[in-house]
Amino acid sequence: MDLLNALVALTNFVIVPAMAYGSQLALGALGVTLIYGILRFSNFAHGDTMAMGTMFAVLITWALQGAGVSLGPLPTALLSIPFAIAITAALMLLTDRVVYRFYRAQRVKPVILVIVSIGVMFVYNGVIRFIIGPEDQRFADGARFLISARDFKNATGLEEGLAIKSTQALTVVTAILVVAALFWFLNRTRTGKSMRAYSDNEDLALLSGINPERVVMVTWLIVAALATIAGVLYGLDKSFKPFTYFQLLLPIFAAAIVGGLGSPIGAIAGGFVVAFSEIGITYAWKKVLGYMMPESLAPDGLVQLLSTEYKFAVSFAILVIVLLFRPTGLFRGKSV
Amino acid sequence: MKNLAIATVASALMASTALAGSHAMEAKVGVILGYTGPIESLTPMMADSAELALKEVNDSGKFLDGVTLVPVRADSTCIDSAAATAAAERLVTTEGVVAIMGADCSGVTGAVLSNVAVPNGVPMISPSATSPALSTAEDNGLFFRTAPSDARQGEVLAGILKDKGISEVAVTYTNNDYGKGLSDSFIASFEANGGKVTLNAPHDDGKADYSAEVGALASAGGELLVVLGYSDQGGKGMIQASLDTGAFDTFMMGDGMYGDALVEALGADMEGSFGAVPWSQGAGADAFKALTDAAGVNGESSFTRESYDAAALIALAMAKGGEATSAAVAANVLDVANAPGEPILPGELGKALEIIAAGGDVDYVGATNVELIGPGEAAGTYRYYTITGSAFETVDFR
Repeated sequence: MDLLNALVALTNFVIVPAMAYGSQLALGALGVTLIYGILRFSNFAHGDTMAMGTMFAVLITWALQGAGVSLGPLPTALLSIPFAIAITAALMLLTDRVVYRFYRAQRVKPVILVIVSIGVMFVYNGVIRFIIGPEDQRFADGARFLISARDFKNATGLEEGLAIKSTQALTVVTAILVVAALFWFLNRTRTGKSMRAYSDNEDLALLSGINPERVVMVTWLIVAALATIAGVLYGLDKSFKPFTYFQLLLPIFAAAIVGGLGSPIGAIAGGFVVAFSEIGITYAWKKVLGYMMPESLAPDGLVQLLSTEYKFAVSFAILVIVLLFRPTGLFRGKSV
Repeated sequence: MKNLAIATVASALMASTALAGSHAMEAKVGVILGYTGPIESLTPMMADSAELALKEVNDSGKFLDGVTLVPVRADSTCIDSAAATAAAERLVTTEGVVAIMGADCSGVTGAVLSNVAVPNGVPMISPSATSPALSTAEDNGLFFRTAPSDARQGEVLAGILKDKGISEVAVTYTNNDYGKGLSDSFIASFEANGGKVTLNAPHDDGKADYSAEVGALASAGGELLVVLGYSDQGGKGMIQASLDTGAFDTFMMGDGMYGDALVEALGADMEGSFGAVPWSQGAGADAFKALTDAAGVNGESSFTRESYDAAALIALAMAKGGEATSAAVAANVLDVANAPGEPILPGELGKALEIIAAGGDVDYVGATNVELIGPGEAAGTYRYYTITGSAFETVDFR
């Protein structure tokens, strides 16, 4: 019986990684959910939008590092985010202008817009590989650890170590700030309120004099910012590789749908639900249980519900279960 | 339009008869390597080394009354079995190669062997396919390799652990034919020595995050983590994540993990970790280095020595059989590769041809001390190293 060690092991291998991953998913899912709520389609290009934004951030970071700019213990990439957001936003508006606006004017069915977004996804995909290539890119610098496993063990004398990477802490803090800002914007500002009105009832909003093109533009700007921030945080915490961003699409959609498409709070909750179940279900609980139970009851097996190979299957399973029992998601989003 | 078609056919016919004329004095050897794909950075040097051996044979002027060996390259892609099979099929049916130097990666090598080489009776000598499964593949005596099977590597790794007195380890392998084969053979040898594997978990290459995999391995525990992956792919990711979370701080590494970039990035934290990598030393390796330096070929790259040896064995086997045919190669490779006979180093292929022409026996040593055992695969020498002061330090050879 050793509750303290159990707690530390659990924190180190489940809670800390899942918090960081959940924050990244939540930011991604917020972007998806905003587009769904306001533009009324599932944007499959979102993963590659994140990759696009991150790519700009990586290139700017390299330029800054080359020029000798540094934030000390913080990653230089933080400085590059505003610039990367500006470029990504310009690209989003350009895409909307040349692609989506045409279909919006035709008032096409959402499913056609979904297919269009898949086309956009492929174009982004190609452009990214053209500019930065398909390989792994590292752009993190600054202090690597807030607490390293070895220091923690030495300081506390516990058997288990606890490591918190500075990027993990940074991810959670940034995500909280960004989400707070977004909610303030949606609930307190005139533009934010007009966006919600447009989302709730398009015709009524138009009648009350809301300019739809302006709402669409602001939406794309916010989505560009969310996608870039989510992408950069994910890249800092793990590494930047275009293909893994494409793969993120599945957990992000799972998060958005679990929370309820179109509901910002749902997107955040969904992000954490998906992250915690992915990591919790594929984690081998042997060690934690071994500490918590008396020696005679300690498990021999790994107590791992699913092998880590099936990580993505967890997102699928959650998706199916939610769609079966609560099609509108946990927070009553728009019915699909 | 009709005239054009007739003209095309006519000229094609003329061209093929013209080619047929020169065929008598030419024997084509396929060089099937992954010029595109995951090991595209290694294959140009491998092909250069193989072609260097063929050139040496041609330049000696003593090969089968003036027959010229012509290398023909084809792309195995390393991972796409269908593409590799199509490329090999083209070499055999269209180009008419009599033997194949290749393929490179284990998966595509198995595909080319069963789909092309065996049905057409064309022998293959692979310089780099190490999967133990190839030892037992149905090959009709047509498959050889100058790279040792990973079954041997598994024994070597298990032997190192035994010497160190380590009896409980966790294992992770890259999720492909190579990783699976190596981990199976390692675990079999390790358990035969009385060791215990707490968990044998695969990892996928090219992922951003390995903390979940490391979490499971950490839970299973063990004195150290055995990493059978690639140094610039998931293997490195696993080590990085283990160090980050404090799950393991000592690692044993398979041959795919040997790379300077790894110790540059993580060496300081990996002090005391160790591993094994196929290595060549001695007169053969030195002679090969002199030869490649003189020819302007990068002979220091991975598997260049094995490639040279594979091509040289094809040529010598033809000479031994007295004809540049597939049958001659298949029948005589083991004969020229192994004792008894005059030892032949790289750069001495002309001398070997003379001896064979005079009816003598040769024992091709080559750049990698070639000794083909079992079903025609290299026994191999491994260098056991430890990481000391962020550098690889040799302990011994086994």
